[in-house]
Amino acid sequence: MEFKFTPENLEKIKDILKKYPTKKSAIMPVLYLGQEQNGWISTEVMTEIASILEITDEEVLGVVTFYTMFFEKPMGKNHLQVCTNVSCMLRGGYDIYNHVKEELGIDNMEVTEDGNFSLEEVECMGSCGTAPMIAVNEDYYENLNKEKVNEIIESLKNKS
Amino acid sequence: MERIVLPDIENLHKLDVYKENGGYTAIVKALGQSTDDIIDQVKKSGLRGRGGAAFVAGLKWSFMPKITDKPKYLCVNGDESEPGSFKDRQILEYNPHQLIEGILITCYAIGAKTAYVYIRGEYHKWINLFQNALSDAYAAGYVGDKMKETFKTNFACEIIVHKGAGAYICGEESSLMNSIEGKRGYPRVKPPFPAQNGLWGCPTTINNVETITNVPKIINKGWEWYSQIGEPKHPGTILFGVSGHVNKPGVYELPSGTLLTDIIYSYAGGVPGDKKILCVIPGGSSMPPLRGDQIEGVKMDAESLKAVGSSIGTGGIIVMDEDTDLVKVLARISKFYYHESCGQCTPCREGTSWLVRILDRIAQGNGSSHDLDLLINVASNIEGNTICALGEAAAWPVRFMVTRFRDYFEERVQKEVTLPVKNTVHSMRDTAFPITDIKD
Repeated sequence: MEFKFTPENLEKIKDILKKYPTKKSAIMPVLYLGQEQNGWISTEVMTEIASILEITDEEVLGVVTFYTMFFEKPMGKNHLQVCTNVSCMLRGGYDIYNHVKEELGIDNMEVTEDGNFSLEEVECMGSCGTAPMIAVNEDYYENLNKEKVNEIIESLKNKS
Repeated sequence: MERIVLPDIENLHKLDVYKENGGYTAIVKALGQSTDDIIDQVKKSGLRGRGGAAFVAGLKWSFMPKITDKPKYLCVNGDESEPGSFKDRQILEYNPHQLIEGILITCYAIGAKTAYVYIRGEYHKWINLFQNALSDAYAAGYVGDKMKETFKTNFACEIIVHKGAGAYICGEESSLMNSIEGKRGYPRVKPPFPAQNGLWGCPTTINNVETITNVPKIINKGWEWYSQIGEPKHPGTILFGVSGHVNKPGVYELPSGTLLTDIIYSYAGGVPGDKKILCVIPGGSSMPPLRGDQIEGVKMDAESLKAVGSSIGTGGIIVMDEDTDLVKVLARISKFYYHESCGQCTPCREGTSWLVRILDRIAQGNGSSHDLDLLINVASNIEGNTICALGEAAAWPVRFMVTRFRDYFEERVQKEVTLPVKNTVHSMRDTAFPITDIKD
């Protein structure tokens, strides 16, 4: 599938490039833009970014595969990230994670059939004092229990 | 006790409230002094880095070359990904302008014209909050070219927010620089240190968000005042993030040297159900854990913790009660470092996966006492043999947990080695492939 940045995003890229002395340095913010527009980082997105930043496709691929927040496959409309690291684990992070798994019927890094939800077991999100937590796309939901998780999932289902 | 980093003032994140409370006066004071004077004051104040290594901040600044034809940079480390640490987000949310002012003073002191604030990608909300504060500061003429008019000075500096993308290793300073440069976040071999060869090969200083946020108060109230707060060898207040089995988890700003038991029992409200404490990790998951019976009288500052065989780290205190399954906890911690190892150095890349597999085996009840020695062996072979400190971060919890809780771990393993195949490769390598079996 072909990928071209929208004119608005091309303007944004121009602004981003002003922030760094080299073009290559803009790769992370530009990848975020690409992901925002395309939903995930496809080969086409990488090729387009490589040509804009005048670097090789491989350099872009190298960055994409290094960081967990760049998706190499399409994820759900609501990407649920459950932290199970030690502070969350001590306060029931795994209960929440397993509960979400059951509720949605998907495993780590899987997407529901309707494409509405995807699940990721993430490392510490910096919510140790308000554990356990779930992040839905960009938003944090903290101090959770199973009931609250159900509420969140229900409200997300109704929204779509 | 006066709070320095997170004062109890409502709406302090707003520019006008911050100004009413003496905001952006420290930068004026600083600009009236020579850069050497400022570095000297910060050095004398005894301010030490809050990102984990507790390095003397003023000393770090003084490493920056005075004369260079290259641009100089400041990196502010807000990558905060250490499990158990969640303090920087409080600063970004509640006191962003003091951070901005601290950045300006630091840039002036080290002669940098650009500062990159690296904030972890998951912190969308806090990036936005900080960006809003930064836009206000720009609009008011406190940052950027307009500074010259506002403060009647020749100095101007730009502050740029760089969003991470989910890699713990990017909190390591050289990896953070590679990440800003648009590369994979691999740590660099040191020396050369960042002050010689940092961002794009230029002199660079990297400080933690909390460290920088202390600076305006030091300039305003003087280094004598600051150096008298808390423990003399590690002065100032520290943001302690308390998590795990406590009644009131959260971030508490307290003078360094506050008793660990005071933090847990008074400030964080004690352990739910009045249970006993089995284990406390005092400085984020990579620091050596303490036994519950070791914490009495332990002061929370770099030197005191070193004396009891641990480290202040990021001040993230993780409390575990007597019902905690330590094997599972350690397996989870190891899984984290396995996941986050960047893969450059063999001992860390391979060792972390060994640790996880051995610990999983023990957690499933299939471990032997031999495995405990093997854990320590593997951990000791990672430690000190890697480019960056992630090696230590992965090895310390395992090595210290197993040695300090040996009795606990011994109870969880079988005394005899029972392997599905009679082949104890790790202890008797020559029996695995007997010489007599090899035919030419």
